[in-house]
Amino acid sequence: MKYESQAVAMPYFIFALILFAGQILFGLILGTQYVIGDFLFPEIPFNVARMVHTNLLIVWLLFGFMGAAYYLIPAEAETELYSPKLAKLLFWVFAAAGTLTIIGYLAVPYATLAEITGNDLLPTMGREFLEMPTITKVGVVIVALGFLFNIGMTVLKGRKTVINIVLITGLVGLALMFLFSFYNPVNLALDKFFWWYVVHLWVEGTWELIMASILAFVLIKVTGVDREVIEKWLYVIIAMALISGILGTGHHFFWIGPPEYWLWLGSIFSAIEPIPFFMMTLFAFNMVNRRRREHPNRAATLWALGCAVMAFLGAGVWGFLHTLAPINYYTHGSQITAAHGHMAFYGAYVMIVITLISYAMPTLRGRPNGNSNKAQVAEMWSFWLMTIAMVFITLFLTAAGVLQVWIQRLPESGEALNFMATQDKLALFYWLRLVSGVVFFIGLVVYLWSFFIGGEDPAIEAAES
Amino acid sequence: MAERFTKSMARNMYMGGSLFFILIFIGLTLDTVRQLPERDNRENLTESVEHGKKLWEDNNCVGCHSLIGEGAYFAPELGNVFYRRGGEESFKIFFKSWMNAQPLGIEGRRAMPQFNLNDEELEALADFLEYAAKMNTNDWPPNIEG
Repeated sequence: MKYESQAVAMPYFIFALILFAGQILFGLILGTQYVIGDFLFPEIPFNVARMVHTNLLIVWLLFGFMGAAYYLIPAEAETELYSPKLAKLLFWVFAAAGTLTIIGYLAVPYATLAEITGNDLLPTMGREFLEMPTITKVGVVIVALGFLFNIGMTVLKGRKTVINIVLITGLVGLALMFLFSFYNPVNLALDKFFWWYVVHLWVEGTWELIMASILAFVLIKVTGVDREVIEKWLYVIIAMALISGILGTGHHFFWIGPPEYWLWLGSIFSAIEPIPFFMMTLFAFNMVNRRRREHPNRAATLWALGCAVMAFLGAGVWGFLHTLAPINYYTHGSQITAAHGHMAFYGAYVMIVITLISYAMPTLRGRPNGNSNKAQVAEMWSFWLMTIAMVFITLFLTAAGVLQVWIQRLPESGEALNFMATQDKLALFYWLRLVSGVVFFIGLVVYLWSFFIGGEDPAIEAAES
Repeated sequence: MAERFTKSMARNMYMGGSLFFILIFIGLTLDTVRQLPERDNRENLTESVEHGKKLWEDNNCVGCHSLIGEGAYFAPELGNVFYRRGGEESFKIFFKSWMNAQPLGIEGRRAMPQFNLNDEELEALADFLEYAAKMNTNDWPPNIEG
């Protein structure tokens, strides 16, 4: 850590990981409800647990992105953060808003929450992933504006690198697209169409810019490869991400009302969406192979490589599996979608945040060479436990999805099994998914525990160049 | 990457490529919005449907169910439930009695909460589901089971 103000990232990382733990706990509740339908009913109905699970994911990733920016931007701009005070203040505002929202979900029925938070005045609630009350959404916008102002001013007074410009572009895009969450027309087709402006143009657009720039930053640090090379890769990756991803939004427009040309456009452009992810994998392995130093923080390098591979598998391969319109016609809204969602979010966004935390956190704790070997070994165990568990979660959900399509979607009306009867047939896969989820949780516990392992600084094999 | 492919070429590809596709996307958005009136069943957007959509949202129905394939996959698809459960003839009768019977209380079965909606609210929610079922969805879902 070169600049003192980078330390404001620390509370963001810690709070992100606390929320991550909460997300996984609720994931386990959901996994259990899939096999024991009335588990915790009526205290925590499925919809509430799911809302907590997905919203915690989004919020902790946002905390992770913000922490990443507060760490990365001063380092890249080679100057102190414009206002560390503002960053600390916004941390508490966002943490309070997030915590109150989750408490609201759990404490009162959703309809009551909608009523007391004034959803009648500007109805934005009750839509997937955007369930948070309208006032929380306003809070998010205020936090985002303050945050962007702060890092924007920092870059303005400092060095403008490709990495920090791309990161800021991604973050500004994220904030801009979020504004569509305030548009909720009565017309369901319009509602759904513009809902994807937030959801798709986040995860298959602006967030990819954030991910690629963080990856580039960590790769420069751990490999010592020339910045020129890294920046060229970064440009090509994000070029492909946006060239494929923007019109790739069309793969969500197949069945929700828009005209038929989206069947073609969505299929073609989303079929090339795996390319930027494949390039990220090539990029990460290439840079590590051409490394000019042996960075003693091997855990961070492992996360960076793993992130690139898992993002390609989860977002690229599992996305492609069901993105062509003739296939999506049968798989849309099945467990195959759930399989893709799990591995893509874990591989691309969970792992990129952990990659940065893995690199940054030791430096913030006065260990510029990374954690002790003992702590790194535990962290690498957690990498394999969580990652392999996620692979199995994805495989079991895919198997469930294929069977679901086979017995519920493919047969003609009258011969197809109904939804609930089909779900009973999938129980074995849901049990196996739950077991994998428990393994994931164990991996998470190991990961969190690794922060508390002391020991000596790792030996520096090749001194920092 | 080949040496001849320079960083500034990469940057131009990013800037030019994104700008080009953003403009196309905006154009297609305008075209879609222009074509939607013939497809989205807006002529049947009554006050009751509007009320029904609000109830759908205020009770977070999408947290368990999917609507035209979007939402959660824990409970049945409701985009075509209007046709699956009786259509013009008997959907409303079915729907009201079904909603009032929740939770069914069958041990181990997935359970739906009791939302305590009154008769007028159930009517509105049913109207919303009927309106949704009559949108042009390019023939999705593949069969009546959703």
